[in-house]
Amino acid sequence: MLLILGLLSIVLLGSPAAQASPQPPAQANHATVQAHNATAVQAQEFDNRIGGVLRGVDGPIAGVTVTATGNGFEGETTSGANGAWGIGVPEQGTYEVAIDEDTLPEGIALAEGQQNPREVTFANTSSATTLFLFGEGIVTQQTSFLDTLAERALAGFSFGLLLALSAVGLSLIFGTTGLTNFAHGEMVTLGAVLAFAFAGMGLPIAVAIVLAVIGGGLLGYVQDAGLWKPLRRRGTGLVPMMIVSIGLALALRYIIQFFFGGATQQLPGSQSEIIDFGSVSISRNNLTSLIVSLVIILIVAFLLLRTRIGKATRAVADNPALAAASGIDVDRVIRIVWVIGGMLAALGGILWAYYRPGVSYNMGQQILLLIFAGVTLGGLGTVFGALVGSIIVGLFVEISTIWLEADLKYVGALLILILVLLVRPQGILGRRERIG
Amino acid sequence: MDIGNILINAFGELISPTTAAYALAALGLAVHFGYSGLLNFGQAGFMAVGAYGYAISTLTFNAPLPVAVLIAMLASVVFAIVLGIPTLRLRADYLAIVTIAAAEIIRYIVTTNGLTDITGSANGLAAFEGGFFGLNPFPVGTYNVGPLAMNERDLWIRIVGWTVVILACLVVWLLMRSPWGRVLKGIREDENAVRSLGKNVYAYKMQALVIGGVLGSLAGIIFTLPRGAVQPANYATELTFFLYTCLLLGGMATVLGPVIGAMIFWVVLSLTQGLLYGAIEIGAITFLSNSQAGQLRYILVGVALMLLMVFRPQGVLGNKKELAFA
Repeated sequence: MLLILGLLSIVLLGSPAAQASPQPPAQANHATVQAHNATAVQAQEFDNRIGGVLRGVDGPIAGVTVTATGNGFEGETTSGANGAWGIGVPEQGTYEVAIDEDTLPEGIALAEGQQNPREVTFANTSSATTLFLFGEGIVTQQTSFLDTLAERALAGFSFGLLLALSAVGLSLIFGTTGLTNFAHGEMVTLGAVLAFAFAGMGLPIAVAIVLAVIGGGLLGYVQDAGLWKPLRRRGTGLVPMMIVSIGLALALRYIIQFFFGGATQQLPGSQSEIIDFGSVSISRNNLTSLIVSLVIILIVAFLLLRTRIGKATRAVADNPALAAASGIDVDRVIRIVWVIGGMLAALGGILWAYYRPGVSYNMGQQILLLIFAGVTLGGLGTVFGALVGSIIVGLFVEISTIWLEADLKYVGALLILILVLLVRPQGILGRRERIG
Repeated sequence: MDIGNILINAFGELISPTTAAYALAALGLAVHFGYSGLLNFGQAGFMAVGAYGYAISTLTFNAPLPVAVLIAMLASVVFAIVLGIPTLRLRADYLAIVTIAAAEIIRYIVTTNGLTDITGSANGLAAFEGGFFGLNPFPVGTYNVGPLAMNERDLWIRIVGWTVVILACLVVWLLMRSPWGRVLKGIREDENAVRSLGKNVYAYKMQALVIGGVLGSLAGIIFTLPRGAVQPANYATELTFFLYTCLLLGGMATVLGPVIGAMIFWVVLSLTQGLLYGAIEIGAITFLSNSQAGQLRYILVGVALMLLMVFRPQGVLGNKKELAFA
């Protein structure tokens, strides 16, 4: 599994990182920004960023100069090959953003009614987006609803599959031990943080990812051996174990923050070009993430359905006592499940870091509830339910952004969770007896 | 490092309004979890409903103080009922996931930019505490409580906050020694046995959820008044987990446990902060930065929660026979 994972990441994730160096102007984010006092400042030094994408009727518009002025700061950048531009600014506030119309390519002009320059104000997020429309001012309307839907659905599928990686691990652990593990979010974070740390040591990103996934498996093993197995031996109940997992989640989260700090960092290759499939486009990283998670999930499904250890796992999930009586080493199965769960969570975390994009100490906590939602929707403890539930959650989160404001996109998924429990408490693939 | 000052600060935490709010919210959790066995992981949501209910009715509708408090409490009753309908029939872990999800939904909704006019989005709301401090009977001046000096506003919010805590403790104590409370404890021990006696388990659980939720909303108001601002970031899931730490510290099926737990929680946090910062200041600890020292305290909270749960689940005051779980 690791080998395939490594190969995949070398082939897919490695290439954008390698491409980035020969053609730096393609990366809008790396554009140099001149501060007022003439000292050159890199855009990514600031936490706050104004950005956007310049797209005309025929596609992205590159090489356009954009300036941002305000709060005693002045920054300038040019849009990259994919039309994206970004200017890092020292503080949140209102900035005047202007595009230099002289640098627009022949035959392209701002659409009617498009203000230039215009005011851009941060609304409590670290990034502000402004879109300049070109042509007749109908560029945004030109994408039909079906195209938007297809594009969101593709992104949602990619997001859902990365959720499924973590959800399958959580569901396996729940199925075999009965534990609702609130520390799973921190296992997700750890994967991304480890990948960042290994990449920071100068290792190629593919190696860093494989090492991080091994690290995640190690954390799963250590957790089981050091904490959960002794607790099972003591006969600790499920609710106390759940609360212990909350304590563990708090401790791990702040331990990660202790070493990693509170800032958001980027993994190598976090900016990737947009790939067009006819009218539907997806970023290269999202596509990679989709393929990687699909392959890994198929491998896990194969392991569960076709191998001895997979059968043993399903037997333990079904009835631990009976499984033990028929000669299955339950502790060994649970240990393997923890290791696999940790590895899947770590990989999910790395993909989540590319999806957001960014690595931060609380990134796992942010999707923990979505993972829970996926697992519960599908039916607690059923592996394929977790897969189906996560994909539904991913699709719902992304598709709902067509109507809902982006900052409400998780609300829809959580509401679905509550509504499904109202009509079908055992989840989509769950069995009725499980809700007890 | 000024040991005297550190001790005075720790003493200050003992009676601070934040401690009172934590005690009240943890008392609500005791009603939910300790007495009824309902694993409510959404107490932060109830606090947010209380705080926002109060702030929005004051600012948007110019409601006078009693009306605003009433609206906040009503809002939490509605929230409890809406939450209870789908979840109270479910097993503990489902209830936990749904309540934590509901609390996050509340937080996302008050954070969204679309409702900035009403909720102030991520910046939250401010300047709604005038009505409360307008009732302050104490003239302007400096008041000494033990070694602590405070102004009239600090004194007023502390007196009101702790009065509410004492009244709530009294109410919970009376409720739990009533026949109603005994049914509730029966549900915690064996739901089916109580059902076989002809009691409507669902209704009892719903009543418990509502009462604990109202305590949570009052806690939200007390939490937000001295700050003069309510911000969504304060009502994240961590708040609920800290409340559980307080509850488990004190003892989950006791009336005074949550109060004592909240006091211990804040005094220990204050002491560790004072000692760590002091040690950094005089150069005794060089490997930590101030922010890392802050994180170290919360690592300790997490470890303490784990150790408590494993080795002393009944807390300081609790009785091991009265646990919501075997």
